[in-house]
Amino acid sequence: MFSSFLIKYGEIGVKGKNRYIFENALMNQIRYALKRCEGKFLVHKAEGRIYVDAESEFDFDEVVDALSKVFGITGICPVKFVDLCNPEELKKVILDYVDQVHQDKNKTFKMHVRRAHKSYPMDSMELNASLGEAVLEAFPSMKVDVHEPDILLTVEIREKIYIYSTVIPGPGGMPVGTNGKAMLLLSGGIDSPVAGYMIAKRGVKLDAVYFHAPPYTSERAKQKVVDLARIVSRYSGPIYLHVINFTDIQLAIYEKCPHDELTIIMRRYMMKIAESIALDTECLGLITGESIGQVASQTICSLACTNEVCTLPVFRPCIGMDKQEIINISEKIDTYETSILPFEDCCTIFVAKHPVTKPSLEVIKRHEKHLDDCIDELVKTALDTKETIIVSYDKRD
Amino acid sequence: MKEVYLDNSATTQAYEEVAEIMKKILTEDYGNPSSMHRKGIDAEKYLREAREIIAANLKCDTGEILFTSGGTESDNMALIGTAMANHRSGKHIITTAIEHPAILETAEHLKSLGFEITYLPVDSFGVVDPEELRKAIREDTILVSVMHTNNEIGSLQPIEEIGKIIKEIRPSILFHVDAVQGYGKFRILPRKMGIDLMSVSAHKIHGPKGIGFLYINNKVKIHPIIFGGGQQKGLRSGTENVPAIAGMAKAVSMIYKDLDEHIDKMYELKEHFVKRLLEIDGVTINGHTGRDSAPHVISASFEGVRAEVLLHALEDKQIYVSSGSACASNKPAVSSTLKAIGVKNGLLDSTIRFSLSVFTEQEELDHTVDVLNELLPVLRRFTRH
Repeated sequence: MFSSFLIKYGEIGVKGKNRYIFENALMNQIRYALKRCEGKFLVHKAEGRIYVDAESEFDFDEVVDALSKVFGITGICPVKFVDLCNPEELKKVILDYVDQVHQDKNKTFKMHVRRAHKSYPMDSMELNASLGEAVLEAFPSMKVDVHEPDILLTVEIREKIYIYSTVIPGPGGMPVGTNGKAMLLLSGGIDSPVAGYMIAKRGVKLDAVYFHAPPYTSERAKQKVVDLARIVSRYSGPIYLHVINFTDIQLAIYEKCPHDELTIIMRRYMMKIAESIALDTECLGLITGESIGQVASQTICSLACTNEVCTLPVFRPCIGMDKQEIINISEKIDTYETSILPFEDCCTIFVAKHPVTKPSLEVIKRHEKHLDDCIDELVKTALDTKETIIVSYDKRD
Repeated sequence: MKEVYLDNSATTQAYEEVAEIMKKILTEDYGNPSSMHRKGIDAEKYLREAREIIAANLKCDTGEILFTSGGTESDNMALIGTAMANHRSGKHIITTAIEHPAILETAEHLKSLGFEITYLPVDSFGVVDPEELRKAIREDTILVSVMHTNNEIGSLQPIEEIGKIIKEIRPSILFHVDAVQGYGKFRILPRKMGIDLMSVSAHKIHGPKGIGFLYINNKVKIHPIIFGGGQQKGLRSGTENVPAIAGMAKAVSMIYKDLDEHIDKMYELKEHFVKRLLEIDGVTINGHTGRDSAPHVISASFEGVRAEVLLHALEDKQIYVSSGSACASNKPAVSSTLKAIGVKNGLLDSTIRFSLSVFTEQEELDHTVDVLNELLPVLRRFTRH
């Protein structure tokens, strides 16, 4: 039935002279998303619009699913196109289309014909009238409503005839790649993949860093993070995932600093390391899944303490959300089931029974001095031995 | 030292000969035993031979061997199959608190279908008191299921005595034994021991995964739980897994060939290993350790260390062990066996299972102890408070 998709995009339409940059980025992201679908597709721009034409057999649901994960798309219109034909034949095509696509005929509709091909024998007004009449005759339960129709039946007459009437909502946002790149601190939890998703939605490309602490965290915990990154990469495009061996730093902190400040000091080193990789890889900001007050290390005092080590902006899109709101998004983007697998991550291993909730920066800094004799070396080793995994969802797996 | 594999209760390395026969069948004698032509008949020959080898080993009839996909399916078949066939005589089933989940979960399923389940307690060595069983048997008891060897601590159950008590009270009560951990370590003769059904898995005895059998005494009334083309006298439909069955038979004949010798060696190794483990500070051994325990399982608790961390630290040194029971380790819940034998709360999460095989050498165990001595002080320095 359908052999093409008209891609609707919102915000990027208004970006003035930069518009072509946004459109090209969107087309690239669409091509990336379609790589995992069966079939051949042509993604092209025509008369200020983006079309995805199927050039072979394809699975409709699979393609819609892939497209609905491309940021920048606000709507996906499945399009039927036929070769130019005379108005009588066109009537038949339209009736056939309405019959198949709209099972429920108790609807109002409006004909919307656009004639770009000016030599076509009838003009758009005439076509509106004659095609509308044909629909009314064939399906008596359908009524015309020109102000708020349930179905806007669009027919565009160009070098071919395009027919569409349904819009499947897209995810909105901006095409990834139009807003630089940022470094996501990815743990195995629920929040950080959601944070990555939300920033990617604003057109930001993602890299990620994961802190691995063998033998305290297992290979399975690391695999879980790779799996999460892969799910996020469905939306964000390929992710460079940097794995840092954090064990020695964590043990040094554990041995030399007060236990109730362990998590804060640990977080500060994580931010430092993440920023250091970010600066090396052209990332312009850091992303975390923090939400005010969710745990001791995320009180506003704690956040102020961890934030202090960074010069790059830190984006925390979950900051004002309740846990349930974050869970809702993680369920929507399919990371929830993976996030709740029971493997320990490095944040949960050495948690003190009563961690500080109102850390004082001054005190923390004084206690960090205990690490002076070893920490630079440890951080350097951690950075030198980082492992980088390229995670991408374009292959079927 | 190269890798040291001490997780043989989870699974074992297959014998070379097992892999060879399986490859031959997969690539050459790949016929379906149900086919009418010669290819099918050739394949059927492997099934017949396998049955003969296993029946000879158990001193039973060839018709009493049902091939299954392994221990879990055998346990399911034994419980559900007999419950469905005998529910008119009663709906009471007795088992123990330390069974494998393949029994415990199946029993819970039967409970949801209206059966009543009694779980016998065990002493602090993980052994059932036969007198408790005597007291638990009722008018409407149809089945007793007791494992031969516990998978987590290696305790042995008084199977022969239990068989005697059951048959003394009422011969019609069926006796099922989950021998997944005991088969290949002991000579188990079902008829002599009053066993009506017995579950065995091949990959615990250096055979392939995905295959096992259920011994079913000729007199047992049992219904299938898998339906289809009517293979194996309709009791277990589905094309027989010929390569795996032949591989299993090969493993059975090999493991029983010099059994006594192997087992003596394993007991000696175990004794030596336990002695060396106990030299380390803060180590407790769970269950019996001598000849009244399984030769291949050693359960040790390490005070002040989390089992998962110790496991990964050992893994880093290429020593492979389990925390609690491998089959249960993918769930965060603590082991029911360890709880049932009264392991202290603080140690439940600090327990490692070492399990040996015929391939285990003393130097591997000594090396493991050396590595433990190296790791434990470091790990204990960094415990969660």
